[in-house]
Amino acid sequence: MSARPASFRLGGRSYSPAASLLLALPFLAMIVLAFLLPLAMLLHESLFVPSFSLANYEKVFDQAVYLRVMGRTLRISAFVTVITLLLAYPLAALMARTRGLLLAILLLAVLLPLWTSVLVRTYAWLVLLQRNGVLNDILSGLHIIATPTQFLRTEGAVVLAMSHVLLPFMVLPLYAALRSIPDDYVRAAQMLGAGSFSVFRHVVLPLSLPGISSGCLMVFLLAIGFFVTPALIGGPQQMMLATLVQQQVTEMLDWPFAGALVGVLLLVVLALVLAFNRVVRLDRFVGQV
Amino acid sequence: MSGTATRRARPAASTLVVSAIAYGVTVFLLLPTILIVPMSFGPDQYLRFPPNGFTLRWYAAYFADSDWIGATLFSVRIAILTAVAATLIGTLVSIALVRGRLPLKRVFELLVVGPVIVPNIALAIAMFLVFDRLRLTGTTFGFVAAHTALAMPFVVFTILASLYRFDSDLERAALSCGANPLQAFALVTLPQIAPGIVSAALFAFIISFDEPVISFFISNLDNRSLPRKMFEDIDYNISPTLAAVATMLTVLTLLTLILGHFLKRRSSRR
Repeated sequence: MSARPASFRLGGRSYSPAASLLLALPFLAMIVLAFLLPLAMLLHESLFVPSFSLANYEKVFDQAVYLRVMGRTLRISAFVTVITLLLAYPLAALMARTRGLLLAILLLAVLLPLWTSVLVRTYAWLVLLQRNGVLNDILSGLHIIATPTQFLRTEGAVVLAMSHVLLPFMVLPLYAALRSIPDDYVRAAQMLGAGSFSVFRHVVLPLSLPGISSGCLMVFLLAIGFFVTPALIGGPQQMMLATLVQQQVTEMLDWPFAGALVGVLLLVVLALVLAFNRVVRLDRFVGQV
Repeated sequence: MSGTATRRARPAASTLVVSAIAYGVTVFLLLPTILIVPMSFGPDQYLRFPPNGFTLRWYAAYFADSDWIGATLFSVRIAILTAVAATLIGTLVSIALVRGRLPLKRVFELLVVGPVIVPNIALAIAMFLVFDRLRLTGTTFGFVAAHTALAMPFVVFTILASLYRFDSDLERAALSCGANPLQAFALVTLPQIAPGIVSAALFAFIISFDEPVISFFISNLDNRSLPRKMFEDIDYNISPTLAAVATMLTVLTLLTLILGHFLKRRSSRR
């Protein structure tokens, strides 16, 4: 017992700063190599190559074509956020007052899409929406349309598919917030004569605001940097920020400008996270499985 | 209270409407992916619903294609190594965060969540830039490093949760019974948090195996991951083989979720 090192205190309560740093060292090495260093070098590229200038950043805001991409990215992200909120709230409300097997089924319905590859879900939308796809088959079968319609490569298709892909990220924080509202509050309001709308308006809605804000933040953040779905469902006409970044890197080989685009994206993300003054509640996504 | 009782027995019309919408949303969530499953068994060159026949030819096409199998094996290898690396590194840093007097703890916490706040596209091209210079594109090491960083937030949160649940008095008891710190950790603490570590490994595996954005950029001609191969095929030649792959991936995800559920049940029963 006496051989115990001084740094390793009885009860495993706490390890010395040196021992703690040693434990965190592999993490630090990994995060420097695969996170900090790459981001720093990319931003360096945008600011200091060949010498310090803000020209790349000015280019983002100077040229109409890039401003349109930024505007479209913000608009689509806003639409997707609102749509997912409207769709997710009723589902989260149902989940919050459900128990047992039904809750397990509903949770599975949210978690299965969440953990299924984005590519699989995007591919499913392509199959549904393409010219000889399922939606065209159904609509022409019902004689609603005469000739096959091109749904792909439209902004509507991008918004629809993105809303579907990001919906679980809205449902889970809403569910967590709604489940934490005690039944007694709702019952008290009802006994005091509140109708179901005023119970919602004055009790449930205000108490679910933290869930609404973290869900909206999460979906909006994911939407503005979303690459896979817009790249595959949208065409050049619906180009969003991430696809523009990809094009600058793989086609134009313009690293400094791509770096500036990422710099602007990071600034927006940082501003949003600080404005909401909360770190995205990851534990809510992790805790569900 | 009798008013409440009747209200309970007969839900308000608005509740029924909300429930109806909620079930509609559930169908919306599941339907696109589920529709692919029967379509993957259809015989036609392009997918139709309902399929007019039953064939396994697209599954056979997948297993016969060395491109698909090569990408799959590469992704499996990356995902297993990522799961091992991420849980090892993640367990150590979690212990330091919970039990250590870590200097700059707040900075470490920010670094843990960093990869989930920074958009994947930003991380992806940043890694492409660096890995290209370090000749790491298309390498197992490059992929594992990238995916480990990406999985780290999920891994650390999962392990932190099980460390917080663990009663550290048990470790104290082991120490006072004469175990040395390493024995106490390995024989008492580790078995207790093991279910958490296993489900963290599961998370890391899926995150790596399904990761499309970073894989898109750091793949090269010799080595590409399954998501990169899928991306190319979706973009250039939509063949029904993709539907077979999508179906297999969905089933794999379902099985993983069920496995994760049982792991969680086991760890919360302790």
